[in-house]
Amino acid sequence: MTDRSTATVDQGSNGVPEDPWTPFRDQLLAEGLLVPTGVDGLYGRSGTYESVADAMDRLVLRVGADQAASSVRFPPVMPWATFERNGYLESFPDQMGSVHTFRGDERDHAELLRRTEAGEDRGTLLETTDMVLCPAVCHPLYPTMGGVLPDGGRRVEVYGYCFRHEPSTDPFRMQAFRQHDYVYLGTPDGARHHRDLWLERGLEVLSGLGLEVASVVANDPFFGRPGRMLAANQRNEELKYEIVTPVYATQRQTAISSSNCHLDHFGSPFGIETPDGEVAHTSCFGFGVDRITLALLHRHGPDPDGWPAGVRTQLWP
Amino acid sequence: MDETIRDVLTEHGRLAVDAGSIDESTDLFASGMTSHASVNVMLALEDAFDIEFSEKMLRKSTFESIAAIRAGVLEMKDA
Repeated sequence: MTDRSTATVDQGSNGVPEDPWTPFRDQLLAEGLLVPTGVDGLYGRSGTYESVADAMDRLVLRVGADQAASSVRFPPVMPWATFERNGYLESFPDQMGSVHTFRGDERDHAELLRRTEAGEDRGTLLETTDMVLCPAVCHPLYPTMGGVLPDGGRRVEVYGYCFRHEPSTDPFRMQAFRQHDYVYLGTPDGARHHRDLWLERGLEVLSGLGLEVASVVANDPFFGRPGRMLAANQRNEELKYEIVTPVYATQRQTAISSSNCHLDHFGSPFGIETPDGEVAHTSCFGFGVDRITLALLHRHGPDPDGWPAGVRTQLWP
Repeated sequence: MDETIRDVLTEHGRLAVDAGSIDESTDLFASGMTSHASVNVMLALEDAFDIEFSEKMLRKSTFESIAAIRAGVLEMKDA
C-alpha cells in the first residue's frame, strides 16, 4: 500500500482545481457507502460496503484453503516494544499512531479542558503508553512466533485493521484500513516461493473480479533522505511487489495488494529459527481489502446487486 | 580520511569483523552491515566530513566498501 504517485489536478466545473478523486469520493459519500467522520482518511462503512469487504475476506480464505495456515486476529493496537524492535520506528516514524493517555491531577485536568475549549495544543498534558496503533496487520504476529519452526515452515493467515498517518481526501488513501495477509515463516527459498505463489494467486483473484491488474516492483515510503537509500535497496532486490489497478485515469496506478519478502528482518529480532538453527526468513502477501472494495465499487458501480454475474459468483458463490 | 571512515564503521556499521583492519575492498554488506546500519553510517559520514550525499549517491553501492565510501566522500567534497 505505498502508491505515492502524484495525480494531475483538473479544473472543476466551478473553476476551483479539483482532485482527480473528488467525483468518486462525492459519489461514495452521496450513496452513503462511506460515512465521513470529519477527519480525512477516516470513514464509517455502510452495510453494503461491508458486504463487499466481508465477501472479499471469505474469498481470500477460500483461495488460501490449501495452505494449512493457522489463523489469528489481533486488535488494531499493538505493544510499543514490538514497534521499536521491528524497525518501523526507524523507517516510518511519520506514519505512526502513538497511543497517549492522561495521567495528571485535577489541576492538570482543568488545564486540559481549558486548552481543549480554547483550541490550544494538548500534547504536553498527555503521556505516552506502551502501545501504538498497528501499522501492518502481520506485525503483531512475529513476536509470538519466537523459537524453532517446524519442518516446512509455518503459514499464518491474519486479518485486521491497520493505521498509517497519511491524511488525504483520496478515498483510496485511508488512515485506518484492512489488510488480509498470508504470512510464511521458514527458509529463504520458502519465503520467495510463498511470495511468488501468492503474487500469482492475487493477480488471478483480482482479475477474476473484473479488475485490470498488473504486478510491479515497488518500495515502501521510507522516511527522509536515508529512506531513499532503503527504498533503492528494496527495489534493487525486488523485495516488494504491488498489484496495481488504474483508477481515476489510466496513468495513475493504485496499489490494491502487495507482497513483501522481509529476509531476516523479523526473524532476527524476534528469535524465529528454522529447524537447522538458521534465522528464519519471512514473507507475506496482503490483500488490501478496503482498496479492493473501493476498486470494485469504482469499476462496477455503487450497487453490488447490479455487478456482472461472473464477479458476483466469485464474491458470493 | 580512511581512519575516520573506519571509526564511523566501527561505531555504526554493526560489522561482524574489525572495521579497523579489514581490507578497503571488503564487501561491508557481506560482512554484516544491514541496510539500517548503512543509513547510520551514511549520516555519521555526513557529520564527520561536513558533506551531504547527493540524491544519486543514496544507494547501496556508495557504501559497499571503504574504497567506495572514500570515493563517494571525495566526490561530495569536490562538489
